[in-house]
Amino acid sequence: MNKQRKNSIVARLWTDRWIYIFLLPTVALIGTFTVYPVVASVWYSLLDWNGFGDPGAFIGLDNYRDLWNDPLFWNSFKNTLVFLVFAVPLRVGLALVLAVILNGVFPFVRLFRTGIFLPVVTTAAIVGVVMRYILDPTGGPINFAILETGIVDQPVNFLGSASLALYSAVGIWVWKWLGITVIYWMAALQTIPRDVYEAAELDGANAVQKFFRVTLPILTPFTLIITLITVIEATNVFDLMLTLTGGGPFYSTEVIDIFVYRHAFTSNIPRLGYASAAAIFFAAAVTLVAAVQIFLVTRIRKWRKL
Amino acid sequence: MIGRRLNLWTTLRILALAALVLVWCYPFAWLISASLKGQQEIFSKGLNLIPEELLIENYMRAWGAAGFDNYMLNTALVTIGTVVLVVFHSALSGYVLGRFQFIGRNLVVGVLAATLVVPVGLTIIPIVDFASALGLTSSRLGIILALSGSGQAAAILLYAGYFRGLPNELAESAQLDGAGFFRTFFSVMLPLAGPVTATVSVLTFLTAWNSFLIPLVFTFGSPELRTLPVGMLAFVGSNETDWSGMAAAATISLLPVVVFFFFMQRYFVEGIAGAVKQ
Repeated sequence: MNKQRKNSIVARLWTDRWIYIFLLPTVALIGTFTVYPVVASVWYSLLDWNGFGDPGAFIGLDNYRDLWNDPLFWNSFKNTLVFLVFAVPLRVGLALVLAVILNGVFPFVRLFRTGIFLPVVTTAAIVGVVMRYILDPTGGPINFAILETGIVDQPVNFLGSASLALYSAVGIWVWKWLGITVIYWMAALQTIPRDVYEAAELDGANAVQKFFRVTLPILTPFTLIITLITVIEATNVFDLMLTLTGGGPFYSTEVIDIFVYRHAFTSNIPRLGYASAAAIFFAAAVTLVAAVQIFLVTRIRKWRKL
Repeated sequence: MIGRRLNLWTTLRILALAALVLVWCYPFAWLISASLKGQQEIFSKGLNLIPEELLIENYMRAWGAAGFDNYMLNTALVTIGTVVLVVFHSALSGYVLGRFQFIGRNLVVGVLAATLVVPVGLTIIPIVDFASALGLTSSRLGIILALSGSGQAAAILLYAGYFRGLPNELAESAQLDGAGFFRTFFSVMLPLAGPVTATVSVLTFLTAWNSFLIPLVFTFGSPELRTLPVGMLAFVGSNETDWSGMAAAATISLLPVVVFFFFMQRYFVEGIAGAVKQ
């Protein structure tokens, strides 16, 4: 009987052989370049390993212990969190306001949408380089402009000052990616049926009441999904940060990805195991946050159906 | 009466948006302007965007002397290769995931969904280790393979969603005509998926053209294989004071992707709006 069942599984696999052949390229590519690296990183994080090609030595959890005592690791952890806390609400909130304004038919609306969207399609690493010049304290146009208006009497060193650089990066990141979040919100707004608003108008609601009492509650599940997507994107700021500040000045913009990159690729003695441990530690923290958010999304969905 | 009030609101809205869009696009206007100005003029003329005379020599310097002709070729080859490979593998797997039940399907879908949240910092060290063991670093093919295998779950899910929605009759009638699994896919199903292929191609084109970390670490030992953003970082590293050269190089690097976007806008917006609705 057991043998028969086994045979039927083999027979099923054989009838479905084309399905597995079709899956093969994806499994090979994603397996090699996404799934295997995640698994391998866990192993690497347990090694003392000083360069590609060198064999690593197993040292157990020592890398994690060192991380725990490394102020620069906690600095990069903190920078990533500060970036998240400022950048995510700013991007999600501003994008909602813009989506509400852009959601309609009026002259030039397509032009405006394209204009807001333009930075999204450009290369983040090139934008990072260009912004170094645009924000330059001696020749950059932004400082020309604010000096001319007289808001400040000396140039602002947006990227060269350790207390300001991270917030400048937040501003550039929000500018760069806002357009994509506007599109998300517009897609969400279009799911709201017109008659809901008509009903609210019949009840005498004004525009502000309609927004807070009708639009926002309907958008709640979208808010959570859009926030989740934005949080994930805000932890992936390597391209912009490396080209904008390289993590400086004085590590003030060194986010986790830059910390990993520095230890793995640019230090004199690479510490690949240590860098892997930092990546694993941080990924675990992000996964935890994402899991909580997904849990909330499903809870709210259930609660709304009751 | 109502018409008038609407007009006032609309006018205010248009004015506010026009101001915002001007600010939003200003960096690009400044970039193009600086790329046509002389070095002194960028500093002395401050906010004036109109160059005194158009200096094309900045572009010649960036294109020829700084090697951006070569970076452009590398970026184009890597981008085209990645688009072809991603369309190929995500159409195949999207098709079977969207239309068939089979042993292991849930596992594949689950793993794909999980890859959506994997950060690059976590994968880059094993990718480089693996690729250098196979001799794939310092090669365009290596960059293409690594880009095609990271973060393409969205493309697969787009295909799967589309193929799921196609009526069964199409596949059945093809089978009645004697077409096998393979022929049904290539001569009936794939041609019908034109819109998704367009969206996936456009999205992949943009991510591949704009990709940075993988081309950066794959070309540490081979400057001749650098892509545009990697070359850009190297250029300003050694010519930090050449503002107009930097601006010309950045304009050269961004122009293709911006032009591409203007023509393919529709597919792009549909792609990302579809992603959030799912």
